[in-house]
Amino acid sequence: MTAEDRRAHTRAHTRADLLVAGGGPAGLTAAATAASGGLSVVLVDSGHALGGQYWRHPPAGAQMSGTDGFHHDLTAYRSLVDTISGHAETGLVDLRLGHHAWTVRRDEDGIELHVVDRRRPGADRAVVLRGRRLLVASGAYDRQLPFPGWDLPGVYTAGALQALLKGGGVAAGRRVLVAGTGPFLLPVAVGLADAGVRVVGVHEANDPRRWLRHARAVAALPGKAVEGVEYAAALLRHRIPVRVRSTVVAAHGRERVEAVTVARLDRDGRLIEGTQQRIAVDAVGVGWGFTPQLELAVSLGCELIGSEDGNAVVDVDAWQRTSVPGVLAAGETTGIGGALLAGLEGRLAAEGLLREVGCGAPSVRLRPVRRAVARQRAFSRAMREAHPVPAGWPAWLDDETTICRCEEVRHRVVREAVASGASDGRQVKQLTRTGMGWCQGRICGFAVECLARGEVPGVAAPAPASERLVAAPLTLGALARLPSHEVE
Amino acid sequence: MRVVVVGAGIIGACVARAAVVAGCEVVVLDRDQVGSGTTSRGEGNVLVSDKPPGPELDLALASRRRWQDLGDELGRDALELESKGGLVVATSQAALEPLSRLAAAQREVGVEVEAVTDPTHVEPFLTPEAAGAQWYPQDAQVQPVLAAAAVLADARRRGVQYRPGTEVAAARTGQDGRLRGVVTTSGEVIAADAVVNCAGTWGGVVGRRLGGEVPVLPRKGFVLVTEPLPPSVRHKVYSADYVANVAASTEGLETSCVVEGTRGGTILIGASRERVGFDRSMSPLTVQRLAAQAVALFPFLAGVQLLRVYRGFRPYCPDHLPVIGPDPRVAGLFHACGHEGAGIGLAPATGDLVAAHLTGLDPMLVAGVDPAPFLPERLLRIPEETS
Amino acid sequence: MSTSTFRFDGTDIAFVPGQSVGAALVAAGRPSWRTTRHEGSPRGLFCGIGVCFDCLVTVDGFPNERACLVLAEAGQQVSTQEGSGHDR
Ligand SMILES: Cc1cc2nc3c(=O)[nH]c(=O)nc-3n(C[C@H](O)[C@H](O)[C@H](O)COP(=O)(O)OP(=O)(O)OC[C@H]3O[C@@H](n4cnc5c(N)ncnc54)[C@H](O)[C@@H]3O)c2cc1C
Ligand code: FES
Repeated sequence: MTAEDRRAHTRAHTRADLLVAGGGPAGLTAAATAASGGLSVVLVDSGHALGGQYWRHPPAGAQMSGTDGFHHDLTAYRSLVDTISGHAETGLVDLRLGHHAWTVRRDEDGIELHVVDRRRPGADRAVVLRGRRLLVASGAYDRQLPFPGWDLPGVYTAGALQALLKGGGVAAGRRVLVAGTGPFLLPVAVGLADAGVRVVGVHEANDPRRWLRHARAVAALPGKAVEGVEYAAALLRHRIPVRVRSTVVAAHGRERVEAVTVARLDRDGRLIEGTQQRIAVDAVGVGWGFTPQLELAVSLGCELIGSEDGNAVVDVDAWQRTSVPGVLAAGETTGIGGALLAGLEGRLAAEGLLREVGCGAPSVRLRPVRRAVARQRAFSRAMREAHPVPAGWPAWLDDETTICRCEEVRHRVVREAVASGASDGRQVKQLTRTGMGWCQGRICGFAVECLARGEVPGVAAPAPASERLVAAPLTLGALARLPSHEVE
Repeated sequence: MRVVVVGAGIIGACVARAAVVAGCEVVVLDRDQVGSGTTSRGEGNVLVSDKPPGPELDLALASRRRWQDLGDELGRDALELESKGGLVVATSQAALEPLSRLAAAQREVGVEVEAVTDPTHVEPFLTPEAAGAQWYPQDAQVQPVLAAAAVLADARRRGVQYRPGTEVAAARTGQDGRLRGVVTTSGEVIAADAVVNCAGTWGGVVGRRLGGEVPVLPRKGFVLVTEPLPPSVRHKVYSADYVANVAASTEGLETSCVVEGTRGGTILIGASRERVGFDRSMSPLTVQRLAAQAVALFPFLAGVQLLRVYRGFRPYCPDHLPVIGPDPRVAGLFHACGHEGAGIGLAPATGDLVAAHLTGLDPMLVAGVDPAPFLPERLLRIPEETS
Repeated sequence: MSTSTFRFDGTDIAFVPGQSVGAALVAAGRPSWRTTRHEGSPRGLFCGIGVCFDCLVTVDGFPNERACLVLAEAGQQVSTQEGSGHDR
């Protein structure tokens, strides 16, 4: 037995104090705080480097030059990574990169997190990780709305443009247009421009005056205002045209995107006929807010609540505990709120645990953390309210627009299912196969829910979180080989 | 005669259609939507191969013929009806003998079955280690939700009223004690001369609400769905131990997989059987066993990815037969639930039996099946099993 | 900054160690590397973070790997994937 095998063997038979699913700001902060307080932690992330979507980095040992320039708060990131690495060396933290959590189970003894090691193509391996508690810090991904041509190569999610840049040092195009809604579009545009890309427009579907209703939440966070001003300055410096109440309604091209049509939207988000304009591009990035990744929380039966952006999110208490004993959640899974809030929530989750098991230093004063959380939450609520999905979006679709990219289900087919009586996304799926393909409805789910209901889900009746008992694919071979002594 | 059908699963849909064809005025209620219960959780096997001679096999054979008729009348595509046939594989020499004994007995009562010496001729990607197999050409498949929706749509064209989102809360009883309809959770009274309990796994609850409880219990099952593939598994393929599991009455977990391809290209691997009440949680161990058995049957599956697992609760009665017929305690109440892991297959003949009971016609003539083994009386004598 | 190459449909694609296969292909000006099962439409990267499965590609003979997640390695054999990626 090699030392690594021996360590793996011991781990298989011991139980960590805390399992953390997700190595973004929430998971990283929680893992670092818990380990520094003396708790044993297993930190799992599907990426090849710590940081998640916000602090996305190339893997250790990578040779890209200067993707750091694309980052905010790098010192915070570095210090967290150093802390984790230090604890990983002593064995207090078991760091599992390139591991995808595929399912989870809970019993009297704690949590069993099932992960699949996918670092080598064709050699995936199922592993069972055990812990007394689990923190679900699985983050979120860009929410999408279909439009004619959105399945052309060269049309990306806004997050993909960012990920290519931060994680791979790659600019996806030379003439790029960014569209959708929310403050996230700005760093994407500025990041591209800084990398030398010609950003031909940022099209924000909502009217920034919607923020005026939330003046207090904004005023309480001067940092956010400064950030906004910085982005505005950067947009100006790069001469990036910003259009509000405008969006991409079609992409054109044969083998790849060559142009887009943008159009103005009225106050209710309905397309104003006659305002369409064609713009040549070689890449587009679109995002309509984010969808939290709730698979693990839903599988465990955690209670959810509605959020202003129409998402269902995990309901947590003041210590980030969910309704299921031993299961915590932090970051975007509890509501889309950005990296800073995610980190603070991760911190609270870990501090709560430390207090629970008696290693907490009650001397650590959490009042400032709680105040910051309250301010950030107020701000993010304002953000979600100021950047809704436009009610009129289905008008962009034509009959032949692809709705489900995986199963290639066209709008016409979905519309017929709705006309025949299907009144929610689940029924449309049963009748048309939307959401039954590779991505399991992660991309088209929200849009199909809108089409089935005939309205955009909101806080009172959010889009239901799909139950996906398999949170990430794995081969049947890897599953069949799952060592049973580790399971029993 | 006005009939309220409670539940728009595959059973409720077939009962409604048979009743309207028999001349009843029918209202179908569901607290949710057509097919949203256990009907959307199964694989849609219409099997005769897995049943030993007995009342369930009789019902299955009658039902199999009726699925064929429905396919002719409603269009096979509307049901995704495929008469693909089943291959039951003996994975070891020891399993060969009991399998051929079962096949011989089934043949006696009208099942078409034929021994296969080299099963890889029938399924080229099957493990070469298989000892032998039996081929059942009558085994077929439908897409359960599409089938329930299509049967109900046809029933509606014939005048059936469908009311989704309507939950039955209580009975409306006449002064003579006879059931006169139902009361919904929103307080509405829906009058009827007869009420049919087609609430599947929730049939026990609905029965209780209507004054005639029947012992219907949940039996949990998982089904695995792979990534889409080119056609690779042509028939329904399962190992012979499935036959033992279906009839088993033990508490514990049983897995023995049935592997089949679907039109969408995915491969379905089902299904486990566990009696753990309505526990919705994921059981990785169960899923692992199904995967291991599937890979043993079809080695190429080791390199195929699992995309989805779904779970459902089969409705079962203590003696593993469905309960079909009038409730002897409450005049006007009829039951048609508890079809366990075969409700899709057994639905059309169940509908015929209920229509006969409702109209007083001879069930033997209408459905071609002896109704006696399914009558509720038998269960009311047996002490209820706990799970 | 050193670069290495992997093979993509018979041509060499340069990458910087640490890049994903998908990032390297995009950087090389190739926005698509698979066709869909039903309509045969070209697809490449979409979400960039492992969620959408649009970027499926065959790596060293193993189909349906997510190009946005698989790290590029010298000498890797990457090929355009048609339909389900499994031939039979
Ligand atoms: C894993 C698994 C695999 C299976 N595979 C197969 C297979 O291959 N072949 C096969 O033949 N069978 C299979 N089955 C079994 C089959 O799915 C069931 O036997 C069948 O669906 C039962 O149909 P049903 O109409 O009785 O019940 P359901 O489909 O559950 O319908 C009952 C309906 O009643 C409604 N309801 C309940 N309470 C109320 C109320 N108070 N008021 C109004 N409405 C109410 C519900 O909403 C529901 O729609 C499988 C089952 C499972 C779990
Ligand atoms: S681009 Fe979405 S999974 Fe790779």
